[in-house]
Amino acid sequence: MPKVVTDVTCPFCGTLCDDLEVTVSDDNKKVLSVRNACAIGAEKFNHTSLPGRVTRPRMRQPDGTFKEISYDEAIDWTANMLVKSKKTLMYGWASTSCQAMSVGHEIAEKVGGVVDNCATVCHGSSLIAIQDVGIPSCTLGEVKNRADRVIFWGCNPAHAHPRHMSRYSIFPRGFFTVKGHKGRKIYCIDCRYTDTARCADEFIQVQQGYDYELLNAFRTAARGEALPDTIGGVPKEKIYKIVAELKEGRFGVIFFGMGLTHTLGRNHNIDIAISLTRDMNDFTKFSIIAMRGHWNVTGSGQVLSWQYGFPYAVDLSRRTKARYQTGETTSVDLLVRNEVEACFNIATDPGAHFPIDSVISMSKKPTVTVDPHINMSTEISDIHIPVAMVGVETGGCAYRMDNVPIETRKVVDAPDGMLTDVELLTRINARVDQLMGAQ
Amino acid sequence: MKTVTLTVKQVPELYLECENITPDTFAGKKADEIAQLPAYQGKEDTTLGEYFTIAGEAGATAAETQIILKGDCSKMKYIGIKMTGGEVIVNSSTDMYTGGWMKGGKLVVKGDVHSFCGLGMEGGEFLIEGNAGNYLGASYRGDWRGMQGGIIRVKGNVGSDVCTFMNGGELIVEGNADVHIATHAEGGRIVIKGDVNRRVGGQMVKGEVIVFGKIGLMMPGFKYTKDVDLEVDGTKAKFAEYTGDLGERHPKRKGEPVYGKIFLKK
Amino acid sequence: MSEYLIKNGHIFDPVQGIKGDKKDIAVKDGKIVETSVLSSSAKQIDAKGKSVMAGALEIHAHVAGPKVNLGRWYRPEDKLFDSHKKPGMTRIEGGKSIPTVFKTGYEYARMGYTFAMEAAMPPLYARHVHEEIHDTPIIDEAALPVFGNNWFMLEYLKNHEIENNAAYVAWTLNQTKGYGIKIVNPGGTEAWAWGLNCLTVNDPVPYFDITPAEIITGLIETNEYLGLPHSIHIHGNDLGNPGNYNVTLDTLKLVEGYKAKNNFGRKQVMHATHVQFHAYGGDNWGNFESKAKEIMDYVNQEKSITIDTGNVTLDETTTMTADGPFEHHLGGLNHLKWANVDVELETAAGVVPYIYSPNITVCGIQWAIGLELALYAKDPMRCFITTDHPNAGPFTRYPRVIKWLMSKKARDAQIKAFKYSDKVVAATNIASMDREITLYELAAMTRAGPAASLGLGKDYGGLKPGMNADIAIYNINPDKMPSDPEEIEKAFSGVAYLFKDGKICVKDGTVIDNGNKRTFWVDVKVKPNKQVAHDVKEKFLKYYSLNEANYPVPDDYAPHPYVIAVDASQ
Repeated sequence: MPKVVTDVTCPFCGTLCDDLEVTVSDDNKKVLSVRNACAIGAEKFNHTSLPGRVTRPRMRQPDGTFKEISYDEAIDWTANMLVKSKKTLMYGWASTSCQAMSVGHEIAEKVGGVVDNCATVCHGSSLIAIQDVGIPSCTLGEVKNRADRVIFWGCNPAHAHPRHMSRYSIFPRGFFTVKGHKGRKIYCIDCRYTDTARCADEFIQVQQGYDYELLNAFRTAARGEALPDTIGGVPKEKIYKIVAELKEGRFGVIFFGMGLTHTLGRNHNIDIAISLTRDMNDFTKFSIIAMRGHWNVTGSGQVLSWQYGFPYAVDLSRRTKARYQTGETTSVDLLVRNEVEACFNIATDPGAHFPIDSVISMSKKPTVTVDPHINMSTEISDIHIPVAMVGVETGGCAYRMDNVPIETRKVVDAPDGMLTDVELLTRINARVDQLMGAQ
Repeated sequence: MKTVTLTVKQVPELYLECENITPDTFAGKKADEIAQLPAYQGKEDTTLGEYFTIAGEAGATAAETQIILKGDCSKMKYIGIKMTGGEVIVNSSTDMYTGGWMKGGKLVVKGDVHSFCGLGMEGGEFLIEGNAGNYLGASYRGDWRGMQGGIIRVKGNVGSDVCTFMNGGELIVEGNADVHIATHAEGGRIVIKGDVNRRVGGQMVKGEVIVFGKIGLMMPGFKYTKDVDLEVDGTKAKFAEYTGDLGERHPKRKGEPVYGKIFLKK
Repeated sequence: MSEYLIKNGHIFDPVQGIKGDKKDIAVKDGKIVETSVLSSSAKQIDAKGKSVMAGALEIHAHVAGPKVNLGRWYRPEDKLFDSHKKPGMTRIEGGKSIPTVFKTGYEYARMGYTFAMEAAMPPLYARHVHEEIHDTPIIDEAALPVFGNNWFMLEYLKNHEIENNAAYVAWTLNQTKGYGIKIVNPGGTEAWAWGLNCLTVNDPVPYFDITPAEIITGLIETNEYLGLPHSIHIHGNDLGNPGNYNVTLDTLKLVEGYKAKNNFGRKQVMHATHVQFHAYGGDNWGNFESKAKEIMDYVNQEKSITIDTGNVTLDETTTMTADGPFEHHLGGLNHLKWANVDVELETAAGVVPYIYSPNITVCGIQWAIGLELALYAKDPMRCFITTDHPNAGPFTRYPRVIKWLMSKKARDAQIKAFKYSDKVVAATNIASMDREITLYELAAMTRAGPAASLGLGKDYGGLKPGMNADIAIYNINPDKMPSDPEEIEKAFSGVAYLFKDGKICVKDGTVIDNGNKRTFWVDVKVKPNKQVAHDVKEKFLKYYSLNEANYPVPDDYAPHPYVIAVDASQ
């Protein structure tokens, strides 16, 4: 009889929905169906039975093809690479458990690695901004229960966080928000009219690359000062009107994404959005939340922070200290400047996400990629080590976009003989100890 | 002043961390002792002597020590950091953190500098004959205390994030600047003789930015007040004065708010 | 298992009333035993000319959890030039005001501490707190879940439903692996979710319409109904504002008429924390003054209260507290980066860096108030030393605080070093106080007292045979006390030996063993309660943003638990 596993946490995006119901086969090997997940989340679970799934490590041959090798061989090759290299980029972590990250950090501290996660090409800009100006924020349940002014600035949850609007930000009826979306004013500020804009009461089109100027105008308006006629294509009358509406609300929140993190100024865009949020707290209650992408990039930031004090781009290469500087210890910079000698990728796909110059640089260095599936990174690596899918075939702790920790569960068995991230990293750690002890 | 000359004999495979190339660290040492000073590349612990030939000897104190670097130092990081006196002259470009947290003395780079140079500068003189990368004279991440004093002069262009969180001191750029000049500044003075892309004085609390060329777009938080005559770095001219950032908080003196100022040459 | 004989040390143990006499202490199988029990193979530890005390207990510090970690990562400058590896069995350590977890464990151990209480755990984030506790080496830890602004509590106590409230508290302690009832700015932090606050014990909470006084007394009754090892642990309303000492006295007086009911030897019904921040007179920063004497006059005669000081250390540090509105207020004063997180149904947190400069009169007065509280304390078993780490200063400054407490000369030197010392002296009593805390009193204030207050007095905080072998040996000779107070600070900065569960973890200030740290938590059994079960189910379904089944902290987050069982099912 198939069985239904309830309260399952979806291991895809930062919304980290934990109300999934997964029906699995009697023998615990196959996902039969997924309820409550969005299309993307459901696909993640369906990936367990993707045809052609790799279940053993494979090593690139001189002719470019891959040959299967054992876990032991892969572990030995990886440990040798780590021990030999003066400075190794250990990148990824955003789709694995906190428990696995801890083991990885132990290795990095021993071999002189730089531990970086997906924030480096995503919300790293937001983290820098928070380091400069702080952040008035709240958990997603506060938005559900209190918010009556919701702004989506440079983000498109309709596509990237599909259940966000129904679980937290637009539609739910909470304790103080019994009218649901009818009791909320929703604003969408973007350079193009998105599917999220369709759900908004007001859409403001800003000229791409002028968000910083527009946010400066909002702040200036909030202080009652004069403005030029238009800013970033937005007329000043509209800005005054919206600021007045925001001040009349009881609880406002700004959600933001790549529209701010990846346009001109990057962290400065978020910095000034946070400054606006802070200003608004002089008039009413206001918060701001980053729409984190990967389901556990936040978790990687948390573990790195309590162990070393920095949320990403942590340079442990001197082995006696931890250092951090976006622009220097970040993956793309290290690769483009050729400041590392080897690469270890885990739980993400830099080959797909990184600028091409850094991918080319990575392809010329000894590289190991740990991932359940074949992806763009595995195809430029020397070794691809497949592992169990975290959140599906093995559990572990994850952190939601608002930093709330939620457990992911195991719902099906991994293919026979496959290791989990924790098991693999533990064995690499042991092999590194042996090699370094012998030196 | 006594002189120590370091000549590059081996270009590092990655980048060499040269936090020990400062008058303060060299003071009181002879060439062979200087050669033993540590240098680093990732987990490789090495010495300055592996990468440089070293001649001469240092003075008794930092102030009495001159360091001359010959050869290609474009992959050397941290040259001159935290120096309190003396002189460092580099005959090539340098990498990141050159002159970081400098407190005194004179640092000259006859080439370009990469990013994060002059970070948190407190005093002294830093001359860059080529271009500078990003974050020149800025604060370290998260620190609201940026450049405090001293003077940086750049003959070429500068990148972005110039003098973020500046509190004091002066920067003079002969060429152009990119974006985010004096963001969050609470003091200090920046002179740019060329053009600026945009975003001058964003979230500025106090301080001065003087631009001789064009600004791509004035921040909405800055409003024109009047024309003034100024003498800047030896040049007399008429400038349009803008005060702001009106979207930001400002301290008060005698009940009146004190704003940041942008002077744009007419 | 290992046997040790610690010979010829000067013992300071308020549990047995030993005030510096030379006695041998025997350790076997992780416990303190009679010397006669040891075999001849016992290792001898020479403690001649040294002072021996039980391992210290930190009763209130912010060392593990979401706001602590936010403080860490949003202050990279706190680690600039301050990340390093020390000799011994150590990982990389860093962070001046908010140490990383590795530094936290090592530094407490190096100073002779064997236990730390994480002062405020938001239940929704309990898993995070336990992940950090798990990664903190050597020291035993526990965490106090916050209840003072919790929606369940606000509704139950409005109707004075003590039994329901107790069932909910028991449920939460079990779900979060928590230790007791923490109250922070009662009612005010729920008001803060609308940008408001409760500044006196009588200000009603918006919508929930219950006062802080009703919250506090209701939680005292709940705590004693359950018979928990610790009392309520309270950060009162109006923290940090001139004139707040009146609100503090109103808060403290709420204990009158209540008696402690428990099987752990605990005598107090309220532990008031970081009282320094709550002992302010004047009505603005210009006429700000110390009311430490007025507070201690009350505390000294009201034996059902314990307090901890919250000493200012005159450093650049980071404030962090569940008193959300206070942090917003502080950020408005010093314009530094303000972080805030409101937590659905439960609480909030705020973080703001702060510099306690000796050049600022107010900071000098705050420094004096913290010390005055301890110097006025008649019963050192009821007044404990903390810095409310990192709020008034980093815990790594305990040796400096001890120096000030033990040496009037050191205090006078600091007073003289203030830029406006006349103003500081005029607003405080510190300059005229001659008392110097003795080593015996220090042992009460940092060991026996906190242990008893936490209900751990049977096994911790003393050196009586049968108790746990957590022992600190300091290089300070009571027969030859140093004339230079700097030597006091030096002696308490690095132990000669730290025994944890009978194992030597620190020797001469160097970590040689990570020991066996444990997570302490309290498992309370109550009668099955249908109302509370229904309310929990309903609130998770309608108001929380995650499922009830995903709320509890699984056992593998506390792999080495020390569970204190409490049976309140009558």
